[in-house]
Amino acid sequence: MTEMLMAREAYGDLLVELGTENKNIFVLDADLSSSTKTSKFAKKFPQRFINCGIAEQNMINVAAGLAVAGKTPFVSTFAIFGSGRAWEQIRNTLAVGKLNVKIVVTHGGISVGPDGVSHQSLEDIALMRTIPEMKVLVPCDAPEAVAAIRAAAEISGPVYVRLGRPKVPTIWKETRFTIGKAQLVNQGNDVSIVACGIMVNEALNAAKILSIKGISAEVINMGTIKPLDGDILLTSLRKTGCVVTCEEHSVIGGLGSAVAEFLSQNHPVPQYFIGIKDRFGQSGDPEDLMVEYQLTAEDIAAAAEVVMKKK
Amino acid sequence: MKYSLSENDVHDLQQKAKKVRLDVIQMISKAGSGHPGGSLSCVEILVTLFAKVLKHGPEIKDWNKRDHFHLSKGHVCPTLYSLLAHAGYFPVEELGTLRQIGSILQGHPHAKTPGVDAPSGSLGQGISIACGMAVAGKADKAGYSVFTLLGDGELQEGQVWEAAMFAAQYKLDNLCLIIDNNGQQIDGAIKDIMSPYPIDEKFKAFGFHVSNVDGHDIPALYDAFKTREEIKGKPTVIIAKTVKGKGISFMEGNLAFHGRATTDEETKQALKELDE
Repeated sequence: MTEMLMAREAYGDLLVELGTENKNIFVLDADLSSSTKTSKFAKKFPQRFINCGIAEQNMINVAAGLAVAGKTPFVSTFAIFGSGRAWEQIRNTLAVGKLNVKIVVTHGGISVGPDGVSHQSLEDIALMRTIPEMKVLVPCDAPEAVAAIRAAAEISGPVYVRLGRPKVPTIWKETRFTIGKAQLVNQGNDVSIVACGIMVNEALNAAKILSIKGISAEVINMGTIKPLDGDILLTSLRKTGCVVTCEEHSVIGGLGSAVAEFLSQNHPVPQYFIGIKDRFGQSGDPEDLMVEYQLTAEDIAAAAEVVMKKK
Repeated sequence: MKYSLSENDVHDLQQKAKKVRLDVIQMISKAGSGHPGGSLSCVEILVTLFAKVLKHGPEIKDWNKRDHFHLSKGHVCPTLYSLLAHAGYFPVEELGTLRQIGSILQGHPHAKTPGVDAPSGSLGQGISIACGMAVAGKADKAGYSVFTLLGDGELQEGQVWEAAMFAAQYKLDNLCLIIDNNGQQIDGAIKDIMSPYPIDEKFKAFGFHVSNVDGHDIPALYDAFKTREEIKGKPTVIIAKTVKGKGISFMEGNLAFHGRATTDEETKQALKELDE
């Protein structure tokens, strides 16, 4: 049985480690520390934890001021507020100033579940990806989240890391995360499936469904959306000739768009976009929502068969 | 007043203010665009701050060993650029490149300008950035102060009040806001567009030490800046009553000059007035 872990729980533990190693690390939250798990850092290092109250715009700029003063602030809240509520602060101050602020958000995507549309961020990858200087990471599970956030801490400049709410199966087997490098998680010849976040697990399950039908699917875990790993795409697509992109995000502006932008200019191939099709979310059990919004392994497998016919 | 400047000092600062006004008119006129009205209203505030209050200078490399100023109302950057150039952060000749492609002097402040630590231009954000700098200073027990200049129209941004709550909550007595209260914004008088008044009562209610001064009275500004050094446990706001376009007869209180450069004829007239 695969181990099930919450990436945000692992993030909370990692912050305590990072805070022990580096006295310059400050953590800011907007009254969601018990959900984002920054509460673990708050308990250990109260002097370096800054609860900003329910005021995300101020929080982003306070982090900017700390970064200007040489600190390394980690800012956490839910994805919808961290990316959307303070977008212009992120764009005009953090990114323009190339400031060393790490935005680590939780509760990204439809799998937030019962809280419904107001708390389900389906646009944040697009919002963050369009900003120059911004790096965007979407790890697939708890171990990759830990490695990705460590990698973010090791570089200077703004980074956006998107984590989810639920427990997810552990897939990642690497020891080190390199920003801008994706992993081949299943080798195949007939179709490439490129996924991020919790959709990597669905993609792997889709590959199993396809293999029963005699279709060999390659699965790529695209943990960095920006900068995108073009090399892995070229190698895979030269072999398979068609691609299905999978994300727990709108099909407008996210991983699928990033892949299409790259491939259309470098190696045009038929593409099928698995993602939220220009809709809002709603309340519901995460599993039911994945079915309703056509984000399951079965949906991906069906998409693979469709896109293969367009080769 | 408890703190005073010598007559010589006051005279010297008034001369500096005149020089800054000359720079502002020439820079914006050459650039062909910019915000002269607000740039002129904050001259005495910034001249007093830079010359007599702020511990700064390009030679002080250690962040913790100097005070910090962040211009939140970024559109009045010509005034800041003039002061930075004359303080030796970059050659004075650079002032002539304002708003040109490739210039270190962007239309709104950018960290590519020596002496500018964080970008600004989008209103309401500077107070929060200053709060972050002040928190870092407290954490490091560095002893520095952080100053930020806001417009009075800028007080309409909700984020200003998020940050004001934050500053009081974290007892940032090393933070000093200055409000350039010239009473005007792009579309008209602030009281007609969206009144922030009473500014002093609002900040008092938010937990600030509040000081009301004439923003063109150098000794009064100096006294307010020095008095705030004695305030413990709360942030300070200095509300400086000013006149938009101050120092040039036809620009004073004239809303037209919020966001347009002077014509050649107006520039000549302005420089002549400053020469007198």
